[in-house]
Amino acid sequence: MSEPHPVALIVEDEPSIRRFVRMALEAEGWQVHECETVRQGLIDAGTRRPELIILDLGLPDDDGLNYLKDLRAWSAVPVIVLSARSEEADKIAALDAGADDYLSKPFGVGELMARVRVALRRGQNTRGSDEPASTLFRFGEVEVDLAARRVLRAGATVHLTPTEYRLLTHLISNAGKVLTHRQLLKLVWGPSHVDDNHYLRVYMGQLRQKLEALPAQPRHLLTETAVGYRLMP
Amino acid sequence: MLFLLTVLGVSLRWGRGPSVLASFLAVGLFDFFFIAPHLSFAVSDVQYLLTFIVMLAVGLITGQLTAHLRYQAQVAAEREARSRALFELTRELSGALQTEQVVDSAQDSLSRELHGRALVLVLNLRDELLLPPGLDDGPDLGTARWALDHGQAAGLATDTLPGSAWFYLPLQAPMRARGVLCLRPRDLAAVIQPERRAQLDTYASIIGQALERVHYVEVAQDALVHIESERLRNSLLSALSHDLRTPLAVVYGLADTLAALPGLPEAGCEMAQALQRESQRINAMVNNLLDMARLQSGAVQLRQQWQPVEEVVGTALQAMQSVLGGHQLSTELAADLPMVNLDAVLMERVLCNLLENAAKYTPPGSRIVIKAAVQGSELLLRVSDNGPGLPPGREEALFEKFARAKSETSTPGVGLGLAICRAIMQAHQGRIWAEATPGGGATFVLALPLGTPPALPEFDDHE
Repeated sequence: MSEPHPVALIVEDEPSIRRFVRMALEAEGWQVHECETVRQGLIDAGTRRPELIILDLGLPDDDGLNYLKDLRAWSAVPVIVLSARSEEADKIAALDAGADDYLSKPFGVGELMARVRVALRRGQNTRGSDEPASTLFRFGEVEVDLAARRVLRAGATVHLTPTEYRLLTHLISNAGKVLTHRQLLKLVWGPSHVDDNHYLRVYMGQLRQKLEALPAQPRHLLTETAVGYRLMP
Repeated sequence: MLFLLTVLGVSLRWGRGPSVLASFLAVGLFDFFFIAPHLSFAVSDVQYLLTFIVMLAVGLITGQLTAHLRYQAQVAAEREARSRALFELTRELSGALQTEQVVDSAQDSLSRELHGRALVLVLNLRDELLLPPGLDDGPDLGTARWALDHGQAAGLATDTLPGSAWFYLPLQAPMRARGVLCLRPRDLAAVIQPERRAQLDTYASIIGQALERVHYVEVAQDALVHIESERLRNSLLSALSHDLRTPLAVVYGLADTLAALPGLPEAGCEMAQALQRESQRINAMVNNLLDMARLQSGAVQLRQQWQPVEEVVGTALQAMQSVLGGHQLSTELAADLPMVNLDAVLMERVLCNLLENAAKYTPPGSRIVIKAAVQGSELLLRVSDNGPGLPPGREEALFEKFARAKSETSTPGVGLGLAICRAIMQAHQGRIWAEATPGGGATFVLALPLGTPPALPEFDDHE
C-alpha cells in the first residue's frame, strides 16, 4: 500500500449497516467516509479521492446504477455493491455497469473484507504501480504457467482445449472477482455471443471436470447463481 | 291538352297502370263529349281516328315516362333514407365504447328500418351465444350458432331452414364473427330483395366491426388493469423484502462484528454467534415467505436458461455448507447428463430447502446423497438421506403449506419449504414427490422435463 491509511467511501442510507462496515474497515487500517445519498456520494468520490467505494444499490434519492455510470465516466476506483438476494438482475446490471464485485445482504464481515482485499489488489494492479503479475498461478492442486501455456494438476499435465484455456486465463486474471456471464462470453467468444449462456456453462463444466476434485462441489471455480463465475484461489 | 295534363298528373301520382287507364279514358271522354256526334262514342269523321291514335300514343308515352321518373324518384328517396339510416347507425356505433351500447343502437336502428324486430346476439367471453332473458318467441339459438359457425345467412327465405320466422345473419369482423343478427321483418321483401339484402349485409359488417373494436377496447383495458395490479404487487413485495432484509442485514453484520471484537468474553462470543445463526434462519424464512407470496400471486417470471444440473447442485451445496457441516454428503452425478432449462435461483432454492430439511430431520452424521439420472423424457434429481424417514402415508401431505412431519416437535420451521419446492417445480412444468429410501430414510425426487438444448459451437476441441 502506498499510503498508510487508504480511504474508503461508504454510500449507504442505513446507519447501522454503515456502522459495522465502517468498524470492519477501520479494523484493517482504512480511513472511512460515509454518505447517504447518490448526490453526496458523487461529490465525496470527487473530493475525498477514495481507493474503494462501497455502494448500496437501494438508495433513496437515485438508482445506484446511475451512480456507477456517472462515476465510471471519470474514475476507475474499485466499487463493491451491496444488494439483497433475489435481485440478481440488479447485481448483473451493476457489474456490467462497472462495479467490481457485490455482496448479498445479509453478509458477514469476513466476506466483506475478502472482497475488499481482492478489489484493492486489482485496483493497484490496474494502476500499474506493482511489478508485472507473476506468470505462475496456483489454486488448490492446480498450477497454471501462463508464460508456457501449461496447466498442471497435482504435478500432472492437464490437456485443455484452446477455449477452455482462454476461459481459465480470463478467470485467473480476475481471480477473486466475480465475472458476469456476459463479460466472460464477450471475453472468450466475442461480442456476438454475449447471450449464449449455455456455451459458458458447458465449458465451465468441462473445466471443473478437469481441474476440480469434486466437480459438483467446486472449491475454486465457483458459480455465482444467475450472475456469473468467480475463481477463488 | 287538358286531358294530357290529367294523364301526366295521374301517372305522377299513381304510377304506370293508372296512367295507361287515364290515357284510354281521356281518349274515350274526348270522343264522347267533343267529337260529333256528341254524347256518343260513334265517330263521323275518319280523320278523328288519327287524332285519337296520336292522342292515345302521346298519353301513353307521357304516362310511361312520368311514371318511370316517379319510380326513379321513389327509389332514390328510399335509397337516401337507407343511406341516412346506415350513416346514423355508423355514427352511433363509432361513439360506442361498450358492447351494450353497440347492441342497443343496432337493434333500434334495424327495428326502425325493417318495421320489425331485430336482435343482436353477441358472443360472450366463453364463446357462447345467449338470448336476452324474458323473450317468448325469440330466435332459435341453434340456427344462430349455425349461421355464426358457417359464416352464412340462415332462416327465413334462405337455403337453411327457410320456413323459420327469423332471419339470421352472422356479424363478420376482420378477425372473426362476433355474433349473430336476428331479424323478424314485417315484410319479406326486406330479406329477399337483392338491394335490401346487400343493405343488411352492410349493416351486419358495420355492427361486426363495431363489436370487434369494442372487444379490443375491453381487452386493452383488462390488460392495463392487469399490468397495474401486477406492478402494485411487485412493488409491494419488493418494498416488503427490502424492509425485512435491511434490519436482518444489520443484525447479522453487527453480530458478526461483535463476535470478532477483541477482549470479548467467551460467553459473549458464543451469544454473538447464536445471534448470527438465528438471524440467518430468519433470513431463510423471510426468503421462503416472500418467494411463496411471489409464486402464489403469479408474479414470478422464470428466468430459465439451459444449464447442467451439476452447477445448481454445486451452488446449493455451497450455500448450505454451514448447515450440512455435521452430515456426510456425497454427489453421484453422471458426467454426460443433458442440460436442462431452468431458473437457477429458484432451483437452487428447491435444493437448499431439501438439503436443509435433510439436515434438520436426520441426526448428525447421517448420509445425504444427491443423485441425477435421465429417465424417459425427464431428468430425475434425488436427494436422499438415511435418517428416520417419512411418516408412511403422509408423503403427499408434506407438500401442503404449513405441513410438518410431526405436529408437535422442537425442530424449528413453519412448513413452507416443501410447498415452495412444489410451486417452483410446477412453474418449471416439473414434479416433486417423496418416497422412502431403500434401506431406510427419506428421498425427495425432482423430475424436470428434458427438452432440446441449444447447439454448442463445434470449432473447439481440435488444436
